[in-house]
Amino acid sequence: MALYSEKVMDHFRNPRNVGVIEDADGIGEVGNAKCGDIMKIYLKIENDIIVDVKFETFGCGSAIASSSMATELIKGKPVSEAMALTNKAVAEALDGLPAHKLHCSVLAEEAIKAALEDYYKKNGLTYDPTLFPNCANCGHCCKADQCGQ
Amino acid sequence: MTIYADNAATTKMSRTAIEAMLPYMDKIYGNPSSLHSVGQKANEALTAAREQVAACLGCDARGITFTSGGSEADNQAILSAARLGQRKGKKHIISTAFEHHAVLHTLNRLEKQGFEITLLDVHENGLITPEQVADAICPDTCLVTVMYANNEIGTIQPIREIGAVCREKGVIFHTDAVQAVGHLHINIREENIDMLSLSAHKFHGPKGVGVLYARKGIPLTNLIEGGAQERGKRAGTENIPAIMGMAAALQEACGKIDSTSAQISALRDKLIAGLSEIPHSVLNGDAVRRLPSNVNFCFEGIEGESLLLLLDDKGVYASSGSACTSGSLDPSHVLLAIGRPHEIAHGSLRLSLSEETTREEVDYMIDAVKDVVSYLRSISPVWRDLVNGKSNFVIQ
Ligand SMILES: Cc1ncc(COP(=O)(O)O)c(C=O)c1O
Ligand SMILES: [Zn+2]
Repeated sequence: MALYSEKVMDHFRNPRNVGVIEDADGIGEVGNAKCGDIMKIYLKIENDIIVDVKFETFGCGSAIASSSMATELIKGKPVSEAMALTNKAVAEALDGLPAHKLHCSVLAEEAIKAALEDYYKKNGLTYDPTLFPNCANCGHCCKADQCGQ
Repeated sequence: MTIYADNAATTKMSRTAIEAMLPYMDKIYGNPSSLHSVGQKANEALTAAREQVAACLGCDARGITFTSGGSEADNQAILSAARLGQRKGKKHIISTAFEHHAVLHTLNRLEKQGFEITLLDVHENGLITPEQVADAICPDTCLVTVMYANNEIGTIQPIREIGAVCREKGVIFHTDAVQAVGHLHINIREENIDMLSLSAHKFHGPKGVGVLYARKGIPLTNLIEGGAQERGKRAGTENIPAIMGMAAALQEACGKIDSTSAQISALRDKLIAGLSEIPHSVLNGDAVRRLPSNVNFCFEGIEGESLLLLLDDKGVYASSGSACTSGSLDPSHVLLAIGRPHEIAHGSLRLSLSEETTREEVDYMIDAVKDVVSYLRSISPVWRDLVNGKSNFVIQ
Protein backbone atom coordinates (compact mmCIF):
# COMPACT_ATOMS: atom_id res chain seq x y z
CA MET A 1 0.00 0.00 0.00
CA ALA A 2 1.39 3.35 -0.98
CA LEU A 3 0.03 5.11 2.07
CA TYR A 4 3.37 4.62 3.82
CA SER A 5 7.03 4.81 2.87
CA GLU A 6 8.99 1.58 2.49
CA LYS A 7 10.79 2.37 5.74
CA VAL A 8 7.50 2.59 7.59
CA MET A 9 6.31 -0.67 6.07
CA ASP A 10 9.59 -2.37 6.93
CA HIS A 11 9.38 -1.31 10.58
CA PHE A 12 5.70 -2.18 10.66
CA ARG A 13 6.20 -5.66 9.18
CA ASN A 14 9.40 -6.41 11.08
CA PRO A 15 9.26 -4.30 14.20
CA ARG A 16 12.55 -4.08 16.11
CA ASN A 17 12.63 -4.52 19.88
CA VAL A 18 9.13 -5.83 20.41
CA GLY A 19 8.38 -7.28 23.82
CA VAL A 20 8.70 -6.55 27.51
CA ILE A 21 11.57 -6.17 29.96
CA GLU A 22 10.52 -7.86 33.20
CA ASP A 23 12.98 -5.95 35.44
CA ALA A 24 12.81 -2.68 33.53
CA ASP A 25 14.34 0.44 35.08
CA GLY A 26 11.73 2.66 33.50
CA ILE A 27 8.33 2.01 31.95
CA GLY A 28 6.24 4.55 30.08
CA GLU A 29 2.78 4.13 28.65
CA VAL A 30 1.01 6.83 26.65
CA GLY A 31 -2.06 7.11 24.51
CA ASN A 32 -5.58 5.98 24.93
CA ALA A 33 -7.31 2.92 23.55
CA LYS A 34 -10.33 5.06 22.87
CA CYS A 35 -8.25 7.09 20.44
CA GLY A 36 -6.82 4.04 18.79
CA ASP A 37 -3.15 4.21 19.85
CA ILE A 38 -1.32 3.07 22.97
CA MET A 39 2.43 2.72 23.28
CA LYS A 40 4.36 1.16 26.11
CA ILE A 41 8.13 1.45 26.37
CA TYR A 42 10.43 -0.54 28.70
CA LEU A 43 13.98 0.67 29.40
CA LYS A 44 16.99 -1.08 30.89
CA ILE A 45 19.54 1.53 31.93
CA GLU A 46 23.09 0.90 33.13
CA ASN A 47 25.62 3.66 33.88
CA ASP A 48 23.38 6.21 32.21
CA ILE A 49 23.28 4.18 29.01
CA ILE A 50 20.13 2.63 27.56
CA VAL A 51 21.38 -0.92 27.28
CA ASP A 52 18.05 -2.39 26.28
CA VAL A 53 14.66 -1.15 25.18
CA LYS A 54 11.45 -2.95 24.29
CA PHE A 55 8.02 -1.82 23.24
CA GLU A 56 4.42 -2.94 22.93
CA THR A 57 1.96 -1.04 20.78
CA PHE A 58 -1.75 -1.11 20.13
CA GLY A 59 -2.32 0.97 17.07
CA CYS A 60 -2.13 1.58 13.37
CA GLY A 61 0.74 0.76 11.03
CA SER A 62 2.52 4.03 11.63
CA ALA A 63 2.14 3.70 15.41
CA ILE A 64 3.88 0.34 15.36
CA ALA A 65 6.55 1.62 12.95
CA SER A 66 7.11 4.79 15.03
CA SER A 67 7.61 2.80 18.22
CA SER A 68 9.98 0.45 16.48
CA MET A 69 12.03 3.31 15.01
CA ALA A 70 12.09 5.23 18.27
CA THR A 71 13.49 2.24 20.13
CA GLU A 72 16.18 1.84 17.46
CA LEU A 73 17.13 5.50 17.77
CA ILE A 74 17.74 5.34 21.53
CA LYS A 75 19.16 1.86 21.98
CA GLY A 76 22.73 1.98 23.25
CA LYS A 77 22.57 5.76 23.65
CA PRO A 78 23.10 7.86 26.79
CA VAL A 79 19.97 8.92 28.65
CA SER A 80 20.61 12.54 27.69
CA GLU A 81 20.41 11.64 23.99
CA ALA A 82 17.17 9.73 24.51
CA MET A 83 15.79 12.77 26.30
CA ALA A 84 16.58 14.84 23.23
CA LEU A 85 14.72 12.54 20.82
CA THR A 86 12.01 14.45 18.97
CA ASN A 87 8.96 13.27 17.11
CA LYS A 88 10.40 14.98 14.05
CA ALA A 89 13.52 12.80 14.25
CA VAL A 90 11.36 9.69 14.43
CA ALA A 91 9.24 10.74 11.44
CA GLU A 92 12.32 11.70 9.42
CA ALA A 93 14.04 8.41 10.17
CA LEU A 94 10.95 6.72 8.75
CA ASP A 95 11.25 8.78 5.53
CA GLY A 96 8.19 10.72 6.58
CA LEU A 97 4.65 9.97 7.72
CA PRO A 98 1.33 11.07 6.21
CA ALA A 99 0.17 14.31 7.84
CA HIS A 100 -2.73 12.70 9.68
CA LYS A 101 -0.34 10.11 11.13
CA LEU A 102 2.25 12.49 12.56
CA HIS A 103 0.64 12.10 15.99
CA CYS A 104 2.06 8.57 16.04
CA SER A 105 5.60 9.93 16.07
CA VAL A 106 4.55 12.34 18.81
CA LEU A 107 3.28 9.40 20.84
CA ALA A 108 6.60 7.61 20.35
CA GLU A 109 8.53 10.61 21.69
CA GLU A 110 6.14 10.90 24.62
CA ALA A 111 6.33 7.20 25.41
CA ILE A 112 10.09 7.37 25.66
CA LYS A 113 9.95 10.52 27.79
CA ALA A 114 7.39 8.86 30.05
CA ALA A 115 9.68 5.85 30.50
CA LEU A 116 12.63 8.14 31.30
CA GLU A 117 10.56 10.09 33.82
CA ASP A 118 9.62 6.80 35.46
CA TYR A 119 13.33 5.92 35.60
CA TYR A 120 14.19 9.25 37.26
CA LYS A 121 11.40 8.86 39.77
CA LYS A 122 12.16 5.24 40.63
CA ASN A 123 15.80 6.09 41.27
CA GLY A 124 15.09 9.27 43.20
CA LEU A 125 17.03 11.29 40.65
CA THR A 126 16.37 14.98 40.35
CA TYR A 127 15.02 16.11 37.00
CA ASP A 128 13.27 19.00 35.36
CA PRO A 129 9.56 18.08 35.18
CA THR A 130 8.90 20.78 32.60
CA LEU A 131 10.81 18.67 30.07
CA PHE A 132 8.06 16.06 30.27
CA PRO A 133 4.70 16.56 28.65
CA ASN A 134 1.69 15.41 30.62
CA CYS A 135 0.59 12.65 28.36
CA ALA A 136 -1.47 10.62 30.77
CA ASN A 137 -4.45 11.41 28.60
CA CYS A 138 -3.29 12.22 25.15
CA GLY A 139 -5.43 14.27 22.86
CA HIS A 140 -3.39 13.92 19.70
CA CYS A 141 -5.20 11.36 17.75
CA CYS A 142 -8.83 12.22 18.13
CA LYS A 143 -11.09 14.90 19.40
CA ALA A 144 -10.60 14.96 23.13
CA ASP A 145 -14.29 15.35 23.85
CA GLN A 146 -14.99 12.03 22.17
CA CYS A 147 -12.36 10.21 24.15
CA GLY A 148 -14.42 10.62 27.27
CA GLN A 149 -17.31 8.64 25.83
CA MET B 1 -3.03 -16.04 -3.51
CA THR B 2 -4.92 -12.76 -3.62
CA ILE B 3 -8.49 -12.54 -2.41
CA TYR B 4 -10.69 -9.54 -3.07
CA ALA B 5 -13.00 -9.29 -0.06
CA ASP B 6 -13.99 -5.65 -0.35
CA ASN B 7 -17.07 -5.91 -2.55
CA ALA B 8 -18.99 -3.49 -0.36
CA ALA B 9 -16.47 -0.81 -1.33
CA THR B 10 -16.73 -1.64 -5.01
CA THR B 11 -16.99 -4.64 -7.30
CA LYS B 12 -15.21 -5.94 -10.36
CA MET B 13 -17.17 -5.17 -13.50
CA SER B 14 -18.90 -8.12 -15.11
CA ARG B 15 -18.13 -9.12 -18.71
CA THR B 16 -21.78 -8.45 -19.51
CA ALA B 17 -21.50 -4.89 -18.25
CA ILE B 18 -18.24 -4.20 -20.10
CA GLU B 19 -19.61 -5.57 -23.34
CA ALA B 20 -22.80 -3.58 -23.01
CA MET B 21 -20.71 -0.40 -22.74
CA LEU B 22 -18.30 -0.89 -25.63
CA PRO B 23 -20.56 -0.10 -28.62
CA TYR B 24 -21.45 3.23 -27.03
CA MET B 25 -17.87 4.39 -27.01
CA ASP B 26 -16.93 4.22 -30.68
CA LYS B 27 -19.99 3.12 -32.62
CA ILE B 28 -23.15 4.60 -31.17
CA TYR B 29 -21.35 7.56 -29.71
CA GLY B 30 -23.88 10.23 -30.64
CA ASN B 31 -25.33 12.74 -28.22
CA PRO B 32 -28.84 11.58 -27.29
CA SER B 33 -30.04 15.16 -27.68
CA SER B 34 -28.89 15.32 -31.34
CA LEU B 35 -31.50 14.91 -34.02
CA HIS B 36 -29.39 12.86 -36.45
CA SER B 37 -29.48 9.10 -36.59
CA VAL B 38 -26.46 8.33 -34.43
CA GLY B 39 -27.79 10.68 -31.77
CA GLN B 40 -31.25 9.18 -31.94
CA LYS B 41 -29.79 5.69 -31.69
CA ALA B 42 -28.12 6.73 -28.47
CA ASN B 43 -31.39 8.23 -27.32
CA GLU B 44 -33.21 4.97 -27.99
CA ALA B 45 -30.59 3.12 -25.99
CA LEU B 46 -31.06 5.55 -23.14
CA THR B 47 -34.79 4.96 -23.15
CA ALA B 48 -34.30 1.22 -23.24
CA ALA B 49 -31.85 1.40 -20.33
CA ARG B 50 -34.31 3.45 -18.32
CA GLU B 51 -37.02 0.89 -18.90
CA GLN B 52 -34.70 -1.96 -18.07
CA VAL B 53 -33.73 -0.36 -14.77
CA ALA B 54 -37.36 0.41 -13.94
CA ALA B 55 -38.35 -3.18 -14.65
CA CYS B 56 -35.66 -4.48 -12.29
CA LEU B 57 -36.87 -2.17 -9.53
CA GLY B 58 -40.60 -2.47 -10.02
CA CYS B 59 -41.23 1.19 -10.72
CA ASP B 60 -42.31 3.60 -13.44
CA ALA B 61 -39.48 4.41 -15.89
CA ARG B 62 -40.50 8.07 -15.75
CA GLY B 63 -39.31 8.16 -12.14
CA ILE B 64 -35.73 7.21 -13.05
CA THR B 65 -33.07 9.95 -13.12
CA PHE B 66 -29.56 8.91 -14.05
CA THR B 67 -26.91 10.43 -11.78
CA SER B 68 -23.18 10.22 -11.24
CA GLY B 69 -23.66 7.64 -8.50
CA GLY B 70 -25.08 6.97 -5.09
CA SER B 71 -23.77 10.12 -3.44
CA GLU B 72 -25.38 12.42 -5.97
CA ALA B 73 -28.66 10.50 -5.79
CA ASP B 74 -28.69 10.76 -1.98
CA ASN B 75 -27.94 14.48 -2.09
CA GLN B 76 -30.61 15.21 -4.66
CA ALA B 77 -33.26 13.06 -3.00
CA ILE B 78 -32.84 14.70 0.38
CA LEU B 79 -32.51 18.26 -0.88
CA SER B 80 -35.56 17.82 -3.12
CA ALA B 81 -37.75 16.49 -0.32
CA ALA B 82 -36.47 19.23 1.98
CA ARG B 83 -37.30 22.01 -0.51
CA LEU B 84 -40.74 20.53 -1.00
CA GLY B 85 -41.28 20.38 2.75
CA GLN B 86 -40.00 23.90 3.26
CA ARG B 87 -42.56 25.23 0.82
CA LYS B 88 -45.25 23.71 3.03
CA GLY B 89 -43.58 24.96 6.18
CA LYS B 90 -42.41 21.47 7.17
CA LYS B 91 -38.80 21.39 8.25
CA HIS B 92 -38.32 18.14 10.16
CA ILE B 93 -36.41 15.15 8.75
CA ILE B 94 -36.01 11.70 10.28
CA SER B 95 -33.04 9.45 9.58
CA THR B 96 -30.76 7.07 11.45
CA ALA B 97 -27.43 7.52 13.19
CA PHE B 98 -25.65 5.06 10.93
CA GLU B 99 -26.41 6.30 7.43
CA HIS B 100 -23.73 6.77 4.79
CA HIS B 101 -22.01 10.16 4.90
CA ALA B 102 -23.68 11.08 1.61
CA VAL B 103 -26.88 11.22 3.67
CA LEU B 104 -25.50 12.42 7.01
CA HIS B 105 -23.50 15.30 5.58
CA THR B 106 -26.45 16.44 3.47
CA LEU B 107 -28.59 16.41 6.61
CA ASN B 108 -25.91 18.40 8.45
CA ARG B 109 -26.11 21.02 5.78
CA LEU B 110 -29.89 21.22 6.07
CA GLU B 111 -29.63 21.47 9.84
CA LYS B 112 -27.48 24.58 9.39
CA GLN B 113 -30.26 25.93 7.18
CA GLY B 114 -32.78 25.60 9.98
CA PHE B 115 -34.11 22.09 9.49
CA GLU B 116 -34.62 19.90 12.51
CA ILE B 117 -32.99 16.51 12.10
CA THR B 118 -33.89 13.46 14.18
CA LEU B 119 -31.39 10.61 13.94
CA LEU B 120 -33.00 7.47 15.30
CA ASP B 121 -30.94 5.29 17.61
CA VAL B 122 -29.91 2.03 16.02
CA HIS B 123 -30.37 -1.06 18.16
CA GLU B 124 -27.28 -3.10 19.04
CA ASN B 125 -28.21 -5.59 16.30
CA GLY B 126 -27.96 -2.83 13.70
CA LEU B 127 -31.69 -2.45 13.10
CA ILE B 128 -34.33 0.15 13.69
CA THR B 129 -38.05 -0.55 14.02
CA PRO B 130 -41.02 0.90 12.13
CA GLU B 131 -42.40 1.90 15.55
CA GLN B 132 -39.40 4.16 16.12
CA VAL B 133 -40.17 5.88 12.84
CA ALA B 134 -43.88 6.15 13.67
CA ASP B 135 -43.10 7.67 17.05
CA ALA B 136 -40.71 10.22 15.58
CA ILE B 137 -43.03 11.50 12.85
CA CYS B 138 -44.68 14.81 13.71
CA PRO B 139 -46.83 17.23 11.68
CA ASP B 140 -43.64 19.04 10.59
CA THR B 141 -41.94 15.94 9.17
CA CYS B 142 -41.25 16.24 5.45
CA LEU B 143 -38.93 13.27 4.92
CA VAL B 144 -37.92 9.93 6.38
CA THR B 145 -34.65 8.58 4.96
CA VAL B 146 -33.46 5.15 6.10
CA MET B 147 -30.83 3.08 4.32
CA TYR B 148 -31.96 -0.26 2.91
CA ALA B 149 -28.81 -2.09 3.98
CA ASN B 150 -25.88 -0.72 5.91
CA ASN B 151 -22.57 -0.49 4.07
CA GLU B 152 -20.40 -1.43 7.04
CA ILE B 153 -22.33 -4.07 8.95
CA GLY B 154 -24.75 -5.18 6.24
CA THR B 155 -27.94 -5.10 8.30
CA ILE B 156 -31.18 -4.93 6.32
CA GLN B 157 -33.87 -2.60 7.63
CA PRO B 158 -37.61 -3.40 7.59
CA ILE B 159 -38.09 -1.10 4.59
CA ARG B 160 -41.56 -2.22 3.56
CA GLU B 161 -42.91 -1.65 7.07
CA ILE B 162 -41.17 1.71 7.44
CA GLY B 163 -42.56 2.66 4.03
CA ALA B 164 -46.04 1.69 5.17
CA VAL B 165 -45.75 3.91 8.24
CA CYS B 166 -44.65 6.84 6.10
CA ARG B 167 -47.38 6.26 3.53
CA GLU B 168 -50.01 6.20 6.26
CA LYS B 169 -48.73 9.46 7.70
CA GLY B 170 -48.24 11.07 4.31
CA VAL B 171 -44.49 11.58 4.69
CA ILE B 172 -42.03 11.07 1.82
CA PHE B 173 -39.87 7.99 2.32
CA HIS B 174 -36.40 7.80 0.77
CA THR B 175 -34.08 4.83 1.04
CA ASP B 176 -30.37 4.70 0.21
CA ALA B 177 -30.39 1.26 -1.40
CA VAL B 178 -26.84 1.46 -2.72
CA GLN B 179 -25.74 -1.69 -0.88
CA ALA B 180 -28.96 -3.58 -1.52
CA VAL B 181 -29.78 -3.17 -5.20
CA GLY B 182 -28.67 -6.16 -7.25
CA HIS B 183 -28.25 -8.23 -4.09
CA LEU B 184 -31.75 -8.31 -2.61
CA HIS B 185 -35.17 -8.49 -4.23
CA ILE B 186 -36.45 -4.94 -4.25
CA ASN B 187 -39.80 -3.78 -5.48
CA ILE B 188 -40.29 -0.07 -5.13
CA ARG B 189 -44.05 -0.19 -5.60
CA GLU B 190 -44.71 -3.03 -3.19
CA GLU B 191 -42.32 -1.71 -0.57
CA ASN B 192 -43.93 1.72 -0.28
CA ILE B 193 -40.77 3.52 -1.38
CA ASP B 194 -41.12 7.09 -2.66
CA MET B 195 -37.47 7.75 -3.47
CA LEU B 196 -34.49 5.43 -3.85
CA SER B 197 -30.76 5.80 -4.54
CA LEU B 198 -28.56 3.20 -6.18
CA SER B 199 -25.03 3.00 -7.53
CA ALA B 200 -23.87 0.74 -10.38
CA HIS B 201 -20.41 -0.08 -9.08
CA LYS B 202 -21.82 -2.04 -6.17
CA PHE B 203 -23.34 -4.68 -8.47
CA HIS B 204 -20.56 -5.23 -11.01
CA GLY B 205 -21.42 -2.19 -13.09
CA PRO B 206 -19.19 0.83 -13.81
CA LYS B 207 -18.21 3.50 -11.29
CA GLY B 208 -19.55 7.03 -11.47
CA VAL B 209 -23.11 6.20 -12.46
CA GLY B 210 -26.25 5.64 -10.47
CA VAL B 211 -29.94 6.29 -10.25
CA LEU B 212 -32.28 8.44 -8.26
CA TYR B 213 -35.83 7.16 -8.38
CA ALA B 214 -38.59 9.57 -7.35
CA ARG B 215 -42.25 8.72 -7.67
CA LYS B 216 -44.64 10.88 -9.63
CA GLY B 217 -45.58 13.99 -7.70
CA ILE B 218 -42.18 14.56 -6.09
CA PRO B 219 -40.51 17.36 -8.07
CA LEU B 220 -36.73 17.20 -7.98
CA THR B 221 -34.50 20.14 -7.13
CA ASN B 222 -31.55 20.41 -9.51
CA LEU B 223 -28.04 19.99 -8.18
CA ILE B 224 -26.69 20.69 -11.66
CA GLU B 225 -28.24 23.36 -13.86
CA GLY B 226 -27.86 23.45 -17.61
CA GLY B 227 -29.44 21.59 -20.49
CA ALA B 228 -32.72 19.75 -20.52
CA GLN B 229 -31.34 16.25 -20.01
CA GLU B 230 -33.18 13.97 -17.58
CA ARG B 231 -36.39 15.99 -17.93
CA GLY B 232 -34.43 19.07 -16.96
CA LYS B 233 -33.61 17.71 -13.52
CA ARG B 234 -30.00 16.77 -14.09
CA ALA B 235 -28.13 18.72 -16.72
CA GLY B 236 -25.17 17.39 -18.68
CA THR B 237 -24.77 15.07 -21.65
CA GLU B 238 -25.70 11.61 -20.43
CA ASN B 239 -22.90 9.14 -19.73
CA ILE B 240 -24.38 6.65 -22.15
CA PRO B 241 -21.67 3.96 -21.96
CA ALA B 242 -21.88 3.93 -18.15
CA ILE B 243 -25.68 3.94 -18.16
CA MET B 244 -25.72 1.00 -20.59
CA GLY B 245 -23.21 -0.87 -18.43
CA MET B 246 -25.30 -0.18 -15.35
CA ALA B 247 -28.53 -1.39 -16.95
CA ALA B 248 -26.88 -4.58 -18.17
CA ALA B 249 -25.22 -5.23 -14.81
CA LEU B 250 -28.47 -4.64 -12.96
CA GLN B 251 -30.45 -6.95 -15.20
CA GLU B 252 -27.81 -9.63 -14.84
CA ALA B 253 -27.60 -9.27 -11.07
CA CYS B 254 -31.36 -9.18 -10.54
CA GLY B 255 -31.82 -12.24 -12.73
CA LYS B 256 -29.73 -14.41 -10.44
CA ILE B 257 -30.32 -13.01 -6.99
CA ASP B 258 -31.76 -16.25 -5.62
CA SER B 259 -28.84 -18.43 -6.67
CA THR B 260 -26.08 -15.95 -5.84
CA SER B 261 -27.51 -14.99 -2.48
CA ALA B 262 -27.85 -18.64 -1.46
CA GLN B 263 -24.29 -19.33 -2.58
CA ILE B 264 -22.73 -16.23 -1.03
CA SER B 265 -24.61 -16.38 2.26
CA ALA B 266 -23.46 -19.98 2.78
CA LEU B 267 -19.86 -18.76 2.47
CA ARG B 268 -20.64 -15.77 4.68
CA ASP B 269 -21.93 -18.05 7.41
CA LYS B 270 -18.89 -20.29 7.12
CA LEU B 271 -16.65 -17.25 7.46
CA ILE B 272 -18.63 -15.96 10.42
CA ALA B 273 -18.41 -19.37 12.12
CA GLY B 274 -14.65 -19.50 11.53
CA LEU B 275 -13.95 -16.00 12.82
CA SER B 276 -16.22 -16.52 15.82
CA GLU B 277 -13.66 -19.07 17.04
CA ILE B 278 -11.27 -16.20 17.74
CA PRO B 279 -11.57 -15.46 21.46
CA HIS B 280 -12.99 -12.07 22.40
CA SER B 281 -14.36 -11.37 18.96
CA VAL B 282 -17.88 -10.31 18.08
CA LEU B 283 -19.95 -10.17 14.91
CA ASN B 284 -21.31 -6.69 14.27
CA GLY B 285 -24.91 -6.56 13.11
CA ASP B 286 -27.70 -9.09 13.14
CA ALA B 287 -26.60 -12.54 11.94
CA VAL B 288 -29.77 -13.17 9.94
CA ARG B 289 -31.06 -9.84 8.72
CA ARG B 290 -27.86 -9.02 6.86
CA LEU B 291 -26.58 -8.83 3.30
CA PRO B 292 -25.47 -12.19 1.91
CA SER B 293 -21.98 -10.79 1.32
CA ASN B 294 -21.27 -8.96 4.57
CA VAL B 295 -19.05 -10.08 7.45
CA ASN B 296 -18.01 -7.51 10.04
CA PHE B 297 -16.18 -8.29 13.27
CA CYS B 298 -14.57 -6.49 16.17
CA PHE B 299 -11.52 -8.05 17.80
CA GLU B 300 -10.64 -6.85 21.25
CA GLY B 301 -7.12 -5.60 21.97
CA ILE B 302 -6.06 -4.71 18.43
CA GLU B 303 -6.44 -1.85 16.01
CA GLY B 304 -8.03 -2.18 12.57
CA GLU B 305 -5.53 -0.51 10.26
CA SER B 306 -2.61 -2.71 11.25
CA LEU B 307 -4.90 -5.70 10.80
CA LEU B 308 -5.72 -4.57 7.26
CA LEU B 309 -2.10 -3.93 6.33
CA LEU B 310 -1.01 -7.38 7.48
CA LEU B 311 -3.95 -9.02 5.72
CA ASP B 312 -2.89 -7.14 2.58
CA ASP B 313 0.56 -8.72 2.97
CA LYS B 314 -1.18 -12.10 2.99
CA GLY B 315 -3.09 -11.18 -0.16
CA VAL B 316 -6.44 -10.52 1.53
CA TYR B 317 -7.98 -7.23 0.43
CA ALA B 318 -10.35 -6.20 3.18
CA SER B 319 -11.48 -3.04 4.83
CA SER B 320 -12.24 -1.71 8.26
CA GLY B 321 -15.19 0.55 8.60
CA SER B 322 -15.91 2.16 5.27
CA ALA B 323 -13.34 3.08 2.65
CA CYS B 324 -14.52 6.67 2.83
CA THR B 325 -13.45 7.08 6.44
CA SER B 326 -9.85 5.92 6.07
CA GLY B 327 -7.86 9.05 6.57
CA SER B 328 -10.05 9.96 9.46
CA LEU B 329 -8.81 8.92 12.87
CA ASP B 330 -12.17 8.58 14.53
CA PRO B 331 -13.63 5.12 14.71
CA SER B 332 -16.57 4.15 12.55
CA HIS B 333 -19.75 6.10 13.28
CA VAL B 334 -21.68 2.95 12.41
CA LEU B 335 -20.01 0.88 15.13
CA LEU B 336 -20.44 3.70 17.63
CA ALA B 337 -24.11 3.92 16.61
CA ILE B 338 -24.70 0.26 17.49
CA GLY B 339 -23.10 0.88 20.86
CA ARG B 340 -19.59 -0.47 20.44
CA PRO B 341 -17.25 1.50 22.72
CA HIS B 342 -14.47 3.52 21.07
CA GLU B 343 -11.68 1.12 22.01
CA ILE B 344 -13.57 -1.81 20.44
CA ALA B 345 -14.74 0.11 17.40
CA HIS B 346 -11.08 0.70 16.45
CA GLY B 347 -10.52 -3.02 16.02
CA SER B 348 -12.99 -3.77 13.28
CA LEU B 349 -12.75 -5.75 10.06
CA ARG B 350 -15.17 -5.91 7.16
CA LEU B 351 -14.93 -8.74 4.64
CA SER B 352 -17.44 -8.47 1.82
CA LEU B 353 -17.79 -11.39 -0.56
CA SER B 354 -19.02 -11.87 -4.12
CA GLU B 355 -20.09 -14.79 -6.29
CA GLU B 356 -16.45 -15.23 -7.22
CA THR B 357 -15.48 -16.00 -3.62
CA THR B 358 -14.64 -19.69 -3.13
CA ARG B 359 -14.73 -22.02 -0.13
CA GLU B 360 -10.92 -22.28 -0.32
CA GLU B 361 -10.69 -18.51 -0.11
CA VAL B 362 -12.95 -18.49 2.92
CA ASP B 363 -10.75 -21.10 4.62
CA TYR B 364 -7.66 -19.08 3.77
CA MET B 365 -9.20 -15.88 5.11
CA ILE B 366 -10.17 -17.54 8.39
CA ASP B 367 -6.59 -18.74 8.90
CA ALA B 368 -5.12 -15.40 7.82
CA VAL B 369 -7.29 -13.38 10.18
CA LYS B 370 -6.62 -15.77 13.06
CA ASP B 371 -2.86 -15.46 12.50
CA VAL B 372 -2.83 -11.69 12.21
CA VAL B 373 -5.13 -11.12 15.19
CA SER B 374 -3.06 -13.33 17.43
CA TYR B 375 0.19 -11.69 16.26
CA LEU B 376 -1.14 -8.17 16.85
CA ARG B 377 -2.43 -9.19 20.26
CA SER B 378 1.03 -10.53 21.10
CA ILE B 379 2.51 -7.05 20.69
CA SER B 380 -0.42 -5.14 22.21
CA PRO B 381 -0.15 -3.65 25.70
CA VAL B 382 -3.94 -3.47 25.79
CA TRP B 383 -4.21 -7.21 25.25
CA ARG B 384 -1.55 -7.88 27.91
CA ASP B 385 -3.53 -5.90 30.47
CA LEU B 386 -6.72 -7.75 29.54
CA VAL B 387 -5.08 -11.15 29.82
CA ASN B 388 -3.39 -10.24 33.10
CA GLY B 389 -6.70 -9.07 34.54
CA LYS B 390 -5.56 -5.45 34.85
CA SER B 391 -8.52 -4.41 32.75
CA ASN B 392 -11.80 -6.06 31.89
CA PHE B 393 -12.77 -7.57 28.59
CA VAL B 394 -15.57 -5.74 26.83
CA ILE B 395 -16.16 -8.63 24.43
CA GLN B 396 -16.57 -11.86 26.38
C1 LIG C 1 -24.80 3.03 1.52
C2 LIG C 1 -24.06 3.85 0.52
N1 LIG C 1 -24.56 5.02 0.11
C3 LIG C 1 -23.92 5.78 -0.79
C4 LIG C 1 -22.71 5.40 -1.34
C5 LIG C 1 -22.04 6.31 -2.32
O1 LIG C 1 -22.14 5.81 -3.62
P1 LIG C 1 -21.16 6.36 -4.76
O2 LIG C 1 -19.82 5.86 -4.44
O3 LIG C 1 -21.70 5.77 -6.03
O4 LIG C 1 -21.27 7.83 -4.75
C6 LIG C 1 -22.14 4.19 -0.92
C7 LIG C 1 -20.84 3.69 -1.40
O5 LIG C 1 -19.86 4.26 -1.63
C8 LIG C 1 -22.83 3.40 0.03
O6 LIG C 1 -22.32 2.25 0.44
ZN1 LIG D 1 -5.13 10.16 21.67
